[in-house]
Amino acid sequence: MVASDPGVATYDLLRWIPLIPLLGSVINAFLGQSLGRRNAGLLGCAAVAASLAIAGYVFFQLPPAGIFRDPIYTWFESGAFKVNLSLQTDALTSVMLLIVTGIGFLIHVYSLGYMGHDEGMVRFFVYLNLFIFFMLLLVMADNLILLFVGWEGVGLCSYLLIGFWYEDPNNTIAGNKAFIVNRIGDFGFLLGIFLLVTELGRQGIWTLDFAELQKHVQMLRPASIGLITLLLFAGATGKSAQIPLFVWLPDAMAGPTPVSALIHAATMVTAGVYMTARLHFLFALSPATLSLIAWIGAATAFLAATIALTQNDIKKVLAYSTVSQLGYMFLAVGVGAFSAAIFHVFTHAFFKACLFLGAGSVIHALSGEQNMRKMGGLKPYMPRTYWTYVIATLAIAGIPFTAGFFSKDLILWQAFSRGAIFLWAIGLITAGMTAFYMFRQLFMVFHGECRAEPHAKAHLHESPSVMTLPLVGLAIGSIFSGWLGAPEYLWGSVWDRWLQPMFGAAEHHGEAGTEIMVTLLTLAVIAAGIYWAYLKYGKAGAQIAEESENVFYRLSLNKYYIDELYDGVVVRPFTACSRFLAQIVDPWVIDGTVNGIAALARGLGWVTRGLQTGNVQHYLAGFLLGTLALVAYYIGQL
Amino acid sequence: MVPLNYYLILSAIVFAIGVVGVLARRNLIVILMSIELMLNAVNLTFIAFSRFLGSMEGQVAVFFVMAVAAAEAVIGLAIIISVFRQRQSLDPEEMQLLKW
Repeated sequence: MVASDPGVATYDLLRWIPLIPLLGSVINAFLGQSLGRRNAGLLGCAAVAASLAIAGYVFFQLPPAGIFRDPIYTWFESGAFKVNLSLQTDALTSVMLLIVTGIGFLIHVYSLGYMGHDEGMVRFFVYLNLFIFFMLLLVMADNLILLFVGWEGVGLCSYLLIGFWYEDPNNTIAGNKAFIVNRIGDFGFLLGIFLLVTELGRQGIWTLDFAELQKHVQMLRPASIGLITLLLFAGATGKSAQIPLFVWLPDAMAGPTPVSALIHAATMVTAGVYMTARLHFLFALSPATLSLIAWIGAATAFLAATIALTQNDIKKVLAYSTVSQLGYMFLAVGVGAFSAAIFHVFTHAFFKACLFLGAGSVIHALSGEQNMRKMGGLKPYMPRTYWTYVIATLAIAGIPFTAGFFSKDLILWQAFSRGAIFLWAIGLITAGMTAFYMFRQLFMVFHGECRAEPHAKAHLHESPSVMTLPLVGLAIGSIFSGWLGAPEYLWGSVWDRWLQPMFGAAEHHGEAGTEIMVTLLTLAVIAAGIYWAYLKYGKAGAQIAEESENVFYRLSLNKYYIDELYDGVVVRPFTACSRFLAQIVDPWVIDGTVNGIAALARGLGWVTRGLQTGNVQHYLAGFLLGTLALVAYYIGQL
Repeated sequence: MVPLNYYLILSAIVFAIGVVGVLARRNLIVILMSIELMLNAVNLTFIAFSRFLGSMEGQVAVFFVMAVAAAEAVIGLAIIISVFRQRQSLDPEEMQLLKW
């Protein structure tokens, strides 16, 4: 069946794309200490570079609308239900492959410098390579089970890397939070997979292969499609940090900064978007779920942006910004513009990774300071970091002819032209807030006077080339990656032509005139955001050091007390319940039962052991009495 | 001819003396002798019935009992000698290690 499909080819090279990083991880895990820190780091980089080279080669080999498949072996088989360990690459996967290996490679190189002084550098590269392996498995899987393996694997690596500096209990707690919150989403995801298998099995189709699913999803009952897509989306809200499960991502910034850039901005958190795009044929059948996704996406984008407005920690601003941008992606998914969503994944990977790495460079230069109120005026000290940061800031704010302009505008236009005017308006306001908080950050970190602590100011320095070169690479991507998806009134979209076979025709409703008008409106809002940021934080003499006492300001600064709310509603009752079980039920009820039985036996023994005197004559007396009793009994019977 | 009842009553008396000896005496050798007494009381019953019923089976049983009693006496006396060498005493009251 598969072989006769036109455009499907078997291609053995695919397996090496994930395998090489896995090999790198295993070699570093066992031999890394004897290789030395530097060589272990170089090995990690080389492994990802090899994957990138193969992925690039595969990308250029891949014909439009073609699929490469690498069936490695049958993983398990149960009756008619068969799951293969097999990889595939189509247009969507090849894009994700290039993002993961390309950005991954730059971040690996950056880590050589950033982690160069760290004792745990070998362990860091073991985890980082392992992450790349699982992420590649996730995007290359040709069935849902294998995708789930990658999905859980990246979650594990995320947990390991958030708690990388485990000596500080706060980092460990952040890691646990990320893992547990993801667990909640993953539980929904798993239930969705189970429901999909059983519902399709009821129709006689036992499969989880994407290609087979696409052929047969029409047979599902509409009610079960709604439930399945909802459960799968629950998994996406966990992994991609959407309301209500977004709380783990800002805390995940406890990990080293390259991890924040790679896992918690560019790749892993977009897995939810990838999964919905991969199963677009399923989601498209449930308009109710799609509209819920769009609303959750828009609400998340808005809420996270309002929180980002007032944060003081340089990485927290970027973290909430990531949550907000992920909201945009789900807004695009929700209005059915899957191609636009993946496009935003693509451009966002560049500029957000660039921002995180730039922030890392700043933190590195200031000996670990993360509070933006203790920064300022860094521009002359670190020119390369500054200029790449500016480019990435322009890109995320959506200044024309940067990557963010094309992708965000595409999403807003898709929302507008498909009639979701209210969602579009939320997205528009969020775009203004994005411009505000990003320029606020830029002004607070690089402009004005330097408010750094004296000891940190003493050895302010630009980061080494091994860290700034990846920044330059990402900054270039932050501009040009967007040019692939230009609107029709400019030079047209290569992107849509590439992904068209996946998602069907990308509908561009409306006419170019309206599109330009909408874009101009967006630009006006963005300009207003930037100007406001300039007035509040950029102008000479701006009062940066003071925090407002305004009630909205306090709400935003304290993240709407959502963490406190979850703490009160979920965490505290849960820990109280656990404590009750651990301190009352376990020692008294469980142990009490077991010990009680033992005590009963011992007490009985204590009473009856008096009979066993050890004196043989006493036993014989008992023997005699017993015999006499038996004789008396039988005589009585006569 | 002496009636059967006499034999049985004598046998019961001898057996009872044996039982009391086993339970009450404080010397292992006397206890062993009391066991012999019980066995021989039973033998007397066997013989009496054998004679009374004109059957040889009781006499055969007696031979078995005597053989077993001989073996038992040998082993019992050996144990008693061994115990005496260990403890310089034959009082069963002092031999109660085998308990809880």
